[in-house]
Amino acid sequence: MIIVNNVSKSFGNFKALDNFSVSCAKGECIALIGPNGSGKTTFIKILLGMVICDSGFVTFNGINILNNWQYRSKIGYMPQLGRYPENMTIGQVIDMMKDLRKTTISTLIDDELIKKFDLTSLINKRMRTLSGGTKQKVSAALAFLFNPDVLILDEPTAGLDPLSSEILKEKIVKEKKNGKLILISSHILSELDNLVSQVMYLQEGKLHFHKTIDQLMKDTGEDKLAKAIAYIMLQ
Amino acid sequence: MKKVIKYVIIDIVRNKIIITYTLFLFIISISVFSLEDNSAKGLLGLLNIILIIVPLVSLVFSTIYIYNSAEFIELLVSQPLQRKAIWLSLFTGLATSMTFAFLIGAGIPVLIYQPDSIGAMMILMGILLSVIFVSIALLAVVKSRDKAKGIGVAILLWLYFSLIFDGFVLFLVFQFSDYPIEKIMISVSSLNPIDLGRILILLKLDISALMGYTGAVFSDFFGTTIGMLFSFFVLFIWIILPLWLSVINFKRKDL
Repeated sequence: MIIVNNVSKSFGNFKALDNFSVSCAKGECIALIGPNGSGKTTFIKILLGMVICDSGFVTFNGINILNNWQYRSKIGYMPQLGRYPENMTIGQVIDMMKDLRKTTISTLIDDELIKKFDLTSLINKRMRTLSGGTKQKVSAALAFLFNPDVLILDEPTAGLDPLSSEILKEKIVKEKKNGKLILISSHILSELDNLVSQVMYLQEGKLHFHKTIDQLMKDTGEDKLAKAIAYIMLQ
Repeated sequence: MKKVIKYVIIDIVRNKIIITYTLFLFIISISVFSLEDNSAKGLLGLLNIILIIVPLVSLVFSTIYIYNSAEFIELLVSQPLQRKAIWLSLFTGLATSMTFAFLIGAGIPVLIYQPDSIGAMMILMGILLSVIFVSIALLAVVKSRDKAKGIGVAILLWLYFSLIFDGFVLFLVFQFSDYPIEKIMISVSSLNPIDLGRILILLKLDISALMGYTGAVFSDFFGTTIGMLFSFFVLFIWIILPLWLSVINFKRKDL
């Protein structure tokens, strides 16, 4: 579904991504793992067209994403730090997103997370008054709102309380069963154990490996993702 | 695109600065006209204020507004929207609000006290200058990531257009006063939209005789239909060119 071909991106002297190639298929749930500054967020931003790569190309359903924008109607994105217009209320932000997305493709609205996170009771709160965790809830609810084919979640559970992060994980499992492609970047490996089906490990802007979780367990002889990754990092 | 424009305008109107600006223009215009018994004199006084204030507010407000909307722009870019459309919507939203602020603040008093072609020219110039400086602000913002630097550049640009450029022109006139440079002055003046606006209004006021031989050459050129068309064409270039350059830059910008 998504094919990334020889993508390089540098910020000044810093090489964020270096000849990065990968392909992601439908129905997979892929964990993006790597040390800080290994290029995970840059990779995600390139997929979304927020950062434009220096060389190489990315295709989405066979179409090059450069100068293309319609493909983004099939993506739900939950940023690492959700930043929203400060003067708007939660309700206004949600209505605005519904309004902006409506013309592109008439999709079913999926407001399960809005209900489960109980955002309806906070609907008139301004974005600047929200705590980090509540902003994360809004981001998560917006990512799932338009029933997208691809979900890109950048550190989804960071800042969420245990109850909410359980709700989010349940939702991720449910959407995975619906045959969606899900990309999760996270540092909390123990949370990924029962979620992901493949692991992508990035190091210094390069793809270290991209394996199914079973293959990874077999290669390392461990039974938990956290231990398997620790084993690889120590090598 | 229409929807983004709608949200930008709602956001700007909710921001009280633009309302304060409108009120400020209104009070200044009314008081200038009431101070002078001759409305042409009032118009001349107002001209100088408008040529200073309109570009300054347009430039600085737009710059700060775009920097403060960084989150909003980031949110929009990750949505199925064209980057060009997002940027042009921001421009349209800002330009529309600045135009309406000027129309209400200065346009209404001018139409009350001076409802003729001179007043109309004045209003037209105010609108054009508002839009031109929104466009220049967008270019300044897209070129610099740092907020302090961007606002600094905007203020320097305003200083350049309203003070430094005039100094440069005066220098040119004194240095080359022995040569017939009046024709060159016409092309030099088109390098500054504020000067162009001032010349067009002064010629309408029919006081070009006060400007000596240069004034005569100016009225000879700008007074004709072709001269007028030329100057409006140049003013439109001043809107389109910075906007076009900023769109190209924004399309390739990393957010």
